Amino acid sequence: MTAGAVSTLGSALVPPAAPVRGRGYWAGVARRLRRDPVTLGCATVLLLMMLVIVAAPLVAPFDPYQGSMARRLRPLGYAGHLLGTDELGRDMLTRLIYGGRLSWFLGITPVVLAFGIGGLLGVAAGFAGGWVNSLIMRVTDVFYAFPSVLLAVAISGALGAGIFNAILSLTLVFVPQIIRVAETVTTGVRTLDYVESARASGAGALTVVRVHVLPNVLGPIFVYATGLISVSMILASGLSFLGLGTRPPEPEWGLMLNTLRTAIYTQPVLTMLPGFCIFATSLCFNMVSDGLRSAMDVRG
Amino acid sequence: MMFYVIRRILYAVPIALSVGLVCFMLVHIAPGDPVNAIVPPDAPQAVVEQVRRAYGLDKPLPVQFALWLGHVLQGDLGRSLATGRPVWEELRGAVANTLRLAVVASVLGFLIGAVLGGLSGVFRGRLIDRAATTVAVAGVSVPHYWLGMVLVITFSVTFNVLPAMGAGPDNAAGWGWDWAHIRHLILPSVTLAVIPAGIITRAIRGTVSEILGQEFIGTLRGKGLRGRTVAYHVVINAAPQVLAVMGLQLGYLMGGSILVETVFSWPGTGFLLNSAIFQRDIPVLQGTILVLAIFFVLVNLMVDLMQTVLDPRISRA
Repeated sequence: MTAGAVSTLGSALVPPAAPVRGRGYWAGVARRLRRDPVTLGCATVLLLMMLVIVAAPLVAPFDPYQGSMARRLRPLGYAGHLLGTDELGRDMLTRLIYGGRLSWFLGITPVVLAFGIGGLLGVAAGFAGGWVNSLIMRVTDVFYAFPSVLLAVAISGALGAGIFNAILSLTLVFVPQIIRVAETVTTGVRTLDYVESARASGAGALTVVRVHVLPNVLGPIFVYATGLISVSMILASGLSFLGLGTRPPEPEWGLMLNTLRTAIYTQPVLTMLPGFCIFATSLCFNMVSDGLRSAMDVRG
Repeated sequence: MMFYVIRRILYAVPIALSVGLVCFMLVHIAPGDPVNAIVPPDAPQAVVEQVRRAYGLDKPLPVQFALWLGHVLQGDLGRSLATGRPVWEELRGAVANTLRLAVVASVLGFLIGAVLGGLSGVFRGRLIDRAATTVAVAGVSVPHYWLGMVLVITFSVTFNVLPAMGAGPDNAAGWGWDWAHIRHLILPSVTLAVIPAGIITRAIRGTVSEILGQEFIGTLRGKGLRGRTVAYHVVINAAPQVLAVMGLQLGYLMGGSILVETVFSWPGTGFLLNSAIFQRDIPVLQGTILVLAIFFVLVNLMVDLMQTVLDPRISRA
């Protein structure tokens, strides 16, 4: 999959003709996005979710921690609880809304960190070439030798449960992937004629990177990173599901899915709700990422 | 080509060593004194000191790594804290169970992916393409541990036709390819197959439509070949790339089945890992991850070599 993604990204280098911040290019991207109802729809869903999550204390009907033994595991619509109650009698809708906060945070933070760290190292490797490139890329190869789920579980498992450890392990999973993409696109740009001529006319390395390289590689790296958010959400909630992320009573979708598992025979619909939230979010992020890729990939 | 093959095999050696190094470091990134990760917490001080010396934990890290590597190369992965049995014995049965699950899931995923991807590659832009790509996106977006629960609710709770957990009537002991065992394999393998199905659909769709757009296909059609013969040419041209994707997926599934195994209580490496994490059984954690990662390195190697044999252009590049 990665190889395919890289090659499509590679072709994204050619389009935005000049290093000049082509206004025409971004106008084109916006125009293509406007004509893509699926991407716009998914982006709207994500935006709404984000608003609800941010405004959780205002929109959530109940207290996320306050339960009642008397009304545990009630079905949807029970006595003002629109989505029922969980195994400790807490309002499901409230828990899902608050759970989104942690799930989103755990899912997005590693990708943002990896985008920064991986992008920096990858561009450095691609631009510098030589031994710097070999050093960075060989270390990357080692982390690539682990399946991503395994690496995340290994690091969090050894470090122990906790939000910080979960984010750390997921960041370590994504950094090598972003380094690879960043290195590939940067190597592609570095050999283009206008970069050569900028160097020949005496521009310093930093200037060349800032003016000529970054504007052309950030787009592809960014698109790749948005594609990782979906994986990251699934893995982050998966770690919590295994008991490696957040701990009870903190609301988090993966953890809720785990604690509700015991109710699978009595309240099947209820137990499926947190997982559905993960699914919906991850699906929307995937769709938006695909939409961005085709909108930004002029000759894609 | 021979040169490329030898170079590729030699390249796997430093990778495997580095993978070993990462696994070795797992004990050291675990909080606390590494000795406490190896001996049970209630062990007397004398035993602790003995183990510290035996494992060379009083020596500098590089020496420790060399010692540990020596043990591993002789098949000694240490002892489980929870059971006291050698880690390798715990692992053996689990690896077989996970391999069974991963292979069946890869084959399923490949078949689904080949059909969906082939159809959408040929009918690119049509309704069938859009349907197949939607299924594929859903496949890579779904949290598979949740999908497993949904399947359990549907087929075990509601219709009561398939078992919800375990690997057979007598769980851990023995496996046979009979219905009593296979029915336990159905739900977990379908769950696990969803991701590779999505990824392979996307890969095949891209490859097929790219090949169909090339000039030689036009030439084949031009000289009057029928659809079936053209399809044959598409398949042999797509095969190396698709096999590579599929091989990697098998490796990913071996290492990535932990969540699905937890949902279905499938007695494989993922289940073992999960209980090791809960009991803070670091030797089992380390051994399992080492074995799975080395397996992944070998799968990667095999895939590359197979691709070289199937597609000689690669070694010339």
